[in-house]
Amino acid sequence: MNTGHNKPSPIPAAPMRRLERTATLSRRAFLKGGGMTALGVVVVPTTALLASSRDALAQSFQILAPETGKTLLVMARDIFPHDRISDRYYMQAIEPYDKAALADPKLKALLDDGSRSLNTLARQRFDKPYAEVGAEAERVGLLHAIETSAFFQKVKGDLVTGLYNNKAVWPLLGYEGSSWENGGYLHRGFDDIDWL
Amino acid sequence: MAAKFDLDDDSAVVIIGSGAGGGTLANELAQRGVRCVILEAGKHYTQDDIENDEWAMFSKISWLDKRISAGGWHHTKTYPNLPAWIVKGVGGSTVHWAGLALRFLPHDFRTRSTYGHVPGANLIDWPISYDDLAPYYDLAEKKMGVAGSKSSGLPLLPENNHYKVLAEGARRIGYKDIVRPMAINSKPYDDRPGCLQIGFCMQGCKIGAKWSTLYTEIPKALATGRVELRPQAMALQVQHNSKGKVTGVLYVDKDGKRQFQKAKVVCVAGNSIESPRLLLNSASNLFPQGLANSSGQVGRNYLNHTTAAAVAIHQKPVYMYRGTALAAVVSDEAALDTKRGFYGGYHLEGLSLGLPFTAAFMKPGGWGREVTSALEMYDHMSCVWVCGEDLAAEQNGITLHATEKDQYGLPVPVVSKTDHANDAAMRRHGLDQFRKMSEAVGATRVIDMPPYPASHNMGTNRMSAKARDGVVNKWGQTHDIKNLFVSDGSQFASSSAANPTLTIVALAIRQAGYIAGALKRQEL
Ligand SMILES: Cc1cc2nc3c(=O)[nH]c(=O)nc-3n(C[C@H](O)[C@H](O)[C@H](O)COP(=O)(O)OP(=O)(O)OC[C@H]3O[C@@H](n4cnc5c(N)ncnc54)[C@H](O)[C@@H]3O)c2cc1C
Ligand code: SF4
Repeated sequence: MNTGHNKPSPIPAAPMRRLERTATLSRRAFLKGGGMTALGVVVVPTTALLASSRDALAQSFQILAPETGKTLLVMARDIFPHDRISDRYYMQAIEPYDKAALADPKLKALLDDGSRSLNTLARQRFDKPYAEVGAEAERVGLLHAIETSAFFQKVKGDLVTGLYNNKAVWPLLGYEGSSWENGGYLHRGFDDIDWL
Repeated sequence: MAAKFDLDDDSAVVIIGSGAGGGTLANELAQRGVRCVILEAGKHYTQDDIENDEWAMFSKISWLDKRISAGGWHHTKTYPNLPAWIVKGVGGSTVHWAGLALRFLPHDFRTRSTYGHVPGANLIDWPISYDDLAPYYDLAEKKMGVAGSKSSGLPLLPENNHYKVLAEGARRIGYKDIVRPMAINSKPYDDRPGCLQIGFCMQGCKIGAKWSTLYTEIPKALATGRVELRPQAMALQVQHNSKGKVTGVLYVDKDGKRQFQKAKVVCVAGNSIESPRLLLNSASNLFPQGLANSSGQVGRNYLNHTTAAAVAIHQKPVYMYRGTALAAVVSDEAALDTKRGFYGGYHLEGLSLGLPFTAAFMKPGGWGREVTSALEMYDHMSCVWVCGEDLAAEQNGITLHATEKDQYGLPVPVVSKTDHANDAAMRRHGLDQFRKMSEAVGATRVIDMPPYPASHNMGTNRMSAKARDGVVNKWGQTHDIKNLFVSDGSQFASSSAANPTLTIVALAIRQAGYIAGALKRQEL
């Protein structure tokens, strides 16, 4: 009946088609690059990010308080930390909040108030706002303290798509996205595994 | 040329839903000369609308009208308003389905006789046997072009990377029955092309290599000139006369207007949440509990398979997304074996997810480096879905919310499910076996995932020999009303460990023969 051939298949002669996990600079990324992290390309450890570039990102917020912008950006990275993914992608994930806050005062309050109380907590514990707490473990501890809040849940929930559904992020994690326009994988390595 | 029916024309069979059950039934009836109207709640998308994009397709074609998860299952936390993943569109869930076409095993039709009385369960035998259905399985495999089946004559699909990793691991821990009966063309067949290993089967096949009623049964039915398809037609109620025979279907049309289509026979095929919901919503003075519900079993015995999932992280890349979404299926654990500490069996189904869905489903609610360190190895992952026998239990089911209404003014369905102790034992066994087979090929980390929103929904209008145990007889005809039929997976009296679609299609072909004959004999 439907039983498969259970013999191992021969190892293909050509090596497996592997992907370099780097971003290609899209036109959109280039245009938006401006004075910020001009290149979409990555492998920048968190510590190497200039505080000033973060300020610049946060200043682009028009509806939400600049403090909220900065908090959200650092929060996004602490929630889903990928050292090889640059701030720009985290920024792209939270940017839509600014526009949404214009139409939705409840959302604006949730984000501004949430950010404010996170910073209050950070000041109590570390004498500085959350985004300026230097050690990741300490910032993550603060986030654990607010984990059940509507503010945290909202930001984390939206990031699942805001970050991982960004097509520019896919190649950085080895995902190739839409394939039908390239004829699928029939001739592009669907069966070329060479290490089994 | 598609037919056109007057609302007052009471000569046709009205079919509600155009998925695996409804779409197949329409074509099979039309080929036998029977005239039909299909009422389909969703839109008529075409292959131009299909995108290789997980969230885009999910948002475009899923049934997103409000539903509520209730009971003890995990979904009340993880997916409170998405108990199930079902399509709202012409073709139904066969647009999204992965294409795995497994048969039930003979003992799956006799769960009560095989396992006896199981406390906390409400098992019955089917009123039909494997041998009754076997010829229809052959016809279904031929119709759907199941790769590797005798009746289609098609060869197996080639093995992709994900298949090779899973199958090699399975062999190394002693598994032998590694299969892939896929309703996906391994060569051009039935005027559809062969599979290009595009890899987004569950987002809809862009080229139509995978069987879906959207581009097989429905156009064939329309081409007979005997069938009319009405998309964006949401059935609200099946109505009846004073003699207790159904007379037609009240629905909302694409312009939001209420219409009543008269009918000779009504066949309900809205999948296992909507079908019982429609019967319950059709309650009347004559049938105060809902149509066909003298047994009180409409909406009960909801089955959705005992499922679990996991990803394994390997030392080298796999690129599981390259090629058919469903790769190797280990069938060894599906056979009858009561020595493992649970009733029923399961399949280990290698089922790839794209990055966006992996991020969403791996650890719903999770965050931090525990999650991101795994996602950074996305290209090194293999992924399994455990699909096992779910035991029927009366309290699992579909009820109507007392106050909340949807956009059509209908009470929102509440989908209740509580795990049986059997489920936990089976899940543990399946996940342990996947861990072993992954480690056998060098996986360094295996992450268990909670069950996904239910994609296999069954059992809520089940078949029974005796009217008091179920809703329909062996033809899918309701025990109470002879011109009212159920034509989808809600007829199932047990879930088996097999994915349901092949069996839904086989039952629809069999039912079409019965309805056509009974109409000729003027019995309905
Ligand atoms: C992602 C995914 C992968 C899957 N993979 C597999 C697989 O590999 N193998 C397998 O066997 N199965 C698989 N399945 C399951 C399979 O798709 C379903 O079991 C099967 O399609 C169910 O058939 P059905 O006829 O019961 O319902 P459906 O195919 O869901 O069709 C029901 C139709 O009825 C319509 N409808 C509902 N209510 C109304 C109403 N009131 N009025 C009008 N229309 C209505 C709906 O819009 C829908 O189009 C998968 C499902 C999903 C979601
Ligand atoms: S892998 Fe094959 S069946 Fe699946 S979507 Fe691609 S072409 Fe269609």
